[in-house]
Amino acid sequence: MKSKLLSFPYILCMIFLVIIPLLLIGYYSIIDFDGNLTLNNFSQVFEPMFLRIIWRSIRLAVISTAICFVIGYPIAYILASRDFVKKSFLLFLFIVPMWMNFLLRTYAWLTILENNGIVNTIFRALGFDGFQLLYTEGAVVLGMVYNYLPFMVLPIYTVLTKMDNSLLEASADLGANRRKTFTKVVFPLSIPGVASGVTMVFMPSVTTFVISNLLGGADFLLIGNLIEQQFFRANNWYFGAALAVVMIVIILVCNTFVTLFDKNDDNEREAKRKHEKA
Amino acid sequence: MEENRLINLIDVSKTFDGYTKVLDNINLYIKKNEFLTLLGPSGCGKTTTLRIIGGFETPSSGDLLFEGESILGLAPHKRRVNTVFQKYALFPNMNVYDNVAFGLNIKKVDKNEIKKEVSRMLELVNLNGFEKRSVNSLSGGQQQRIAIARALINKPEVLLLDEPLGALDLKLRKEMQIELKNMQKELSITFVYVTHDQEEALTMSDTIAVMHGGIIKQIGSPEDIYNEPKNAFVANFIGESNIISGVMHKNYEVTFAGHTFPCIDKNISEDTNVDVIIRPEDIKIVSEDMGQLKGVVKNVKFLGIHYEMHVEASEFTWKVQSTVLSPEGSNVGLTVAPDLIHVMKKDEVIAKEEADEE
Repeated sequence: MKSKLLSFPYILCMIFLVIIPLLLIGYYSIIDFDGNLTLNNFSQVFEPMFLRIIWRSIRLAVISTAICFVIGYPIAYILASRDFVKKSFLLFLFIVPMWMNFLLRTYAWLTILENNGIVNTIFRALGFDGFQLLYTEGAVVLGMVYNYLPFMVLPIYTVLTKMDNSLLEASADLGANRRKTFTKVVFPLSIPGVASGVTMVFMPSVTTFVISNLLGGADFLLIGNLIEQQFFRANNWYFGAALAVVMIVIILVCNTFVTLFDKNDDNEREAKRKHEKA
Repeated sequence: MEENRLINLIDVSKTFDGYTKVLDNINLYIKKNEFLTLLGPSGCGKTTTLRIIGGFETPSSGDLLFEGESILGLAPHKRRVNTVFQKYALFPNMNVYDNVAFGLNIKKVDKNEIKKEVSRMLELVNLNGFEKRSVNSLSGGQQQRIAIARALINKPEVLLLDEPLGALDLKLRKEMQIELKNMQKELSITFVYVTHDQEEALTMSDTIAVMHGGIIKQIGSPEDIYNEPKNAFVANFIGESNIISGVMHKNYEVTFAGHTFPCIDKNISEDTNVDVIIRPEDIKIVSEDMGQLKGVVKNVKFLGIHYEMHVEASEFTWKVQSTVLSPEGSNVGLTVAPDLIHVMKKDEVIAKEEADEE
């Protein structure tokens, strides 16, 4: 009874801040300007122009997530290794940029990448031609990787530091060298961390509109920019809501796919529980 | 003598972080086909000793010989030993078959050969038919057996076991004790076993090394350790004891609790302070006027096979075990036969070498 009472404010918050807005988005996505039920908003989403933008969003998010994984896993591994003494300081250095405002951090890249920015100045000083760096797909991917890399590193780091050291000793005892121990024991066991890292990088990457806007330019549209435009400029909430629903579906599908890894684990635990009861 | 020494620890010391001394000049040898138990309370250094033999810890000083050759520089898998870890350390991402086959897979043994060996090992630990099971679905006892099978498949000459039965319930633990002992005889390999459970050590071992504070307090057969403890620590740790300070005035005579007793100890210099140790079952309760000490029964516990009585006599509470009940509050006399009084110099340590010479 008491716990029910305590949960009441949370339930209220959830209803007003999550459930009602979601229902409203769902509602707006299936009506037109006159308030009639329609599926036109959704058929509009699947027009080639918008499909291209959705495809680009997914593609860039996948590329960013992959790069974050390739850079982030070794960082997490080095940070988590036992013989690395200064690791708390390095971890600190790694987290410090996150204390700064997200917009500021992204703006900083503007001055680095622009035509007369730091990178191009250095290139010219070395006798090369300048490059168009800003307002390219590469700049957007760079922005995503830079901003979301810690979300990949931290969950993997956590899984690796919690790993039972005797597993590594057992592997060494049974004849595996460090590389074999990594491929056969460490990496398979760190997959839950990789899964949450992938989710935590992929989701903000696929929905971002700030990074694409600043580093991709005003004409560089991702699904997030499209939604923003529909709500704030085109004033077409109905189409915007339909886009939002499609995005939620994309995220849900990706999420289910990723959590499949953890599911296997849960099933086994469930089986063990039953076994012990019997 | 020398050629029997399979593993030999020479003056091994281990210091953690530069100042915490966990092992202090350990000298120990392990014979071929011996079941040796390192016994002691937690923090006594027994696990560190095992980890040094296994290759997971390097001693700060001293040497470790295997068949007479130093193996300190060898990686764990290059030593002909395998370890069964305290919490089993089975790989949760693999099923039973892959766990047991791990060592052979790494060595790239022929697949059919591996299959044959795995089923042989599972047969040995009574778990045939479990190949496809996930290790997370196994009970503690079954996980333990898989851990043993996984270590034994590599045909080690020495199996190191770090409190392998610690997580099991009492009944299962007793069964596994017998099974482990049989396994060791059947395979005729050397077991080095770490435990804090004195009963476990007494049941299974050929030799027990009692450790405390980073040193070996006594080493010998279970019978020696129980019947002839060399110091108060061992007497107290193995079984129950009455320990009282006394003075040895001359050969065959020791004074404690305000009374002089005949004993069988000699060659301790005159007027030496000693610890006197008497097992509770070695004290006899007699009528008051017949006793060497006179006292009052303070309380009585019934423990199934015998009664345990606390008798207050000469300002000391004696623990006495007897199948005959002396009711609470009754006046009794206590006697001890001379050969059941164990006299030892305060804090005596004895090395295996000395023990063998006796």
